[in-house]
Amino acid sequence: MSEIKNIKNLKEFSTSADRFEGANLLCPGCAHSIIVREVLNATNDDMVLSASTGCLEVCTAVYPYTSWDASWIHIGFENSSTAVAGAETMHKVLKRKGRLKQPDRNPKFVSFAGDGASYDIGFQWISGCMERGHNIMHVVLDNEVYANTGGQRSSSTPIGSSATTSPAGKVSYGEKKNKKDLMGIMAAHGIPYAAQVSPNKWKDMVKKIQHGFSVEGPVFINAVSPCTTEWKFDPKDTMHLADLATDTLVFPLYEIIDGRELNITYRPKNVIPVEEYLAAQGRFKHLFKDEYKYLIKEWQERVDAQWAYLQRREESRV
Amino acid sequence: MAKKGWDEFEIGAMLRTFDGKIDDIAGTRQEDRAYSQNSSYTASVADWRLIKPVFNKDYCIDCQFCWIYCPDVSIVSRDKKLIGVDMDHCKGCGICVEVCPTNPKSLLMFPEQADEETEIANWPKKDEEEA
Repeated sequence: MSEIKNIKNLKEFSTSADRFEGANLLCPGCAHSIIVREVLNATNDDMVLSASTGCLEVCTAVYPYTSWDASWIHIGFENSSTAVAGAETMHKVLKRKGRLKQPDRNPKFVSFAGDGASYDIGFQWISGCMERGHNIMHVVLDNEVYANTGGQRSSSTPIGSSATTSPAGKVSYGEKKNKKDLMGIMAAHGIPYAAQVSPNKWKDMVKKIQHGFSVEGPVFINAVSPCTTEWKFDPKDTMHLADLATDTLVFPLYEIIDGRELNITYRPKNVIPVEEYLAAQGRFKHLFKDEYKYLIKEWQERVDAQWAYLQRREESRV
Repeated sequence: MAKKGWDEFEIGAMLRTFDGKIDDIAGTRQEDRAYSQNSSYTASVADWRLIKPVFNKDYCIDCQFCWIYCPDVSIVSRDKKLIGVDMDHCKGCGICVEVCPTNPKSLLMFPEQADEETEIANWPKKDEEEA
């Protein structure tokens, strides 16, 4: 127990016994469950899990069924992180007092939340957990929209995206504000580890999750989760969209250690133009009309600028 | 235990995934676990499916891409070998077919009513242009 699981290749990884069950009610082709499986399979230890209100929660705990084979709780939209933080504190105190029945077992505390529950609603609660230094991991399943309630914009929704509260039409090109840099905000808490992951780069993801489990203190993971319903693409293309997100550098994969040291963990061999990423999704369809084409150019410039910033941060080691 | 309906549970009841005690979940395979009636493993979403994946083991190289990228835990893999698709939990999204790297693909989508043996017998040949 509590040694790091040895995962060299995918064949070895496939011997894991899943602790997340099928017949959940997530849409066909949903990336949420792929991310959850990669996180849960990265360790053999016991797990204490929670999920904020959102697609993952409503679809995996439809009464009278549960899809979780580990202790799991849902309590509110905002406080999945505080729920596991409380459980972690209880575990720590009982251990100190010698009242644990199995003190040699070291459970991992993980909270899952969507981007709405992390970027907007649960922001203050997560910030509190990071500041208090609980030994937990918070995983954001970032699908850039409130998908569960019908596609309202969140502060993770990128510019130009058509959401139900920021629809594209004759007078508007959709969402007008840029995505919030939650990674930067969380890293500014000085937490030991923050990382961006993508389900298509499973090895990078498992490595980061295992590193997150091995450090003492709060860990923040931001995972891109292509949403077939709200991003409007065919369910079979989920992994293709994740590939596009990482290879166009719209969603770069990097980690920040101790709030300072930034490492880029994946550099695409061939960087794909952002246009291809936008063209693959129905929510950006209107950007290809003549009057909005300038936005695609702005997108590319923004992504290039962010990539340049990350590279300079990595070089300067500050 | 008799199967309970949704209105027969107590309010605020805690759902237990397993009947009895289980010590090492991560070390127990799904077929060896004593799932209770509350685990969604005992439910089925097979009626969601319009198209189904058919697995042809002749071309499979056991790369396990389909296993890791299956959102519904429906690709059954034992001892590093892919042994089949769990048709109770598969929703027919088709990700497994998209990520399959072999030529011809060892997983293909067919209409739900298609006969598996006939489809495997008429499996497409290697596509030279694609390779």
